[in-house]
Amino acid sequence: MTVNGLLEGGDFKALSLVEGEREISGVYIGDLLSWVMGKAKSGDAWITIMSNVNILAVAALTDCACIILSEGVTLTEEITRTAKAKGINVLTFSGSSYDAAVSLEKLL
Amino acid sequence: MPDTVSFKFSVDGEDFTCAGQASVIVKKNLRQLGLPPEIIRRVSIAMYEGEINMVIHAGGGEAEVKVWEDCVEIILTDHGPGIKDIEQAMQEGFSTATDTIRSLGFGAGMGLPNMKRYTDYMDIKTEIGVGTTITMKVNLS
Ligand SMILES: Nc1ncnc2c1ncn2[C@@H]1O[C@H](COP(=O)(O)OP(=O)(O)OP(=O)(O)O)[C@@H](O)[C@H]1O
Ligand SMILES: [Mg+2]
Repeated sequence: MTVNGLLEGGDFKALSLVEGEREISGVYIGDLLSWVMGKAKSGDAWITIMSNVNILAVAALTDCACIILSEGVTLTEEITRTAKAKGINVLTFSGSSYDAAVSLEKLL
Repeated sequence: MPDTVSFKFSVDGEDFTCAGQASVIVKKNLRQLGLPPEIIRRVSIAMYEGEINMVIHAGGGEAEVKVWEDCVEIILTDHGPGIKDIEQAMQEGFSTATDTIRSLGFGAGMGLPNMKRYTDYMDIKTEIGVGTTITMKVNLS
């Protein structure tokens, strides 16, 4: 499933969509950045509630397919601009990280 | 070896908002050199953890990445407080990060263990009050 495909369902909303055709091959949930660095795999959708600018470098370096901000968390306009400039896909989800993972499980 | 490509960066200790930038640039540069994706991933993640540590724990420093024929070498040098007990610092979960830094998602105490895990060689030289130099290597074969 691609990031665009995920958006079609309507549960996930695009905040920064730069590479919609990126394939999602797995999921990682975590808010502690070094855990994500150590565990997330290339192509993962990374579900988190963290919204500071450092998540962009983590996403870039782990090569995840997209960041999914759960619990209705969003990014500031400035960080959203940075995400677009850095080519990072960022989606939002109104429910919990668990609910986001359940939705992904049905779609992947 | 004469054919070394090397990249040097000064890592700003004040600025959290661009912390990790050097690692992102290294990732791009290594991609341009055509290195295997898995090698690039390991190098850039290990370097990121070291770079963030310099920002959080040492007030900044310098980073150098050298691409040798048989490995990629990462050298991180800072003039921060030094590490009191390396063995303790290497343990998963050990962290002296402040609450402010933890609220940004750092401070899990996983950075140094990640650096060890993602590299084939890691050496820490540190002196209290003088600084820390960490050398890491990722083999190319
Ligand atoms: N360059 C450094 N200078 C001084 N102390 C350091 C340095 N790097 C690491 N340390 C010490 O070692 C501890 C463990 O480092 P490590 O990277 O494993 O965890 P952390 O940085 O605290 O949290 P995390 O990396 O998970 O965000 C740090 O909390 C700090 O006390
Ligand atoms: Mg660290």
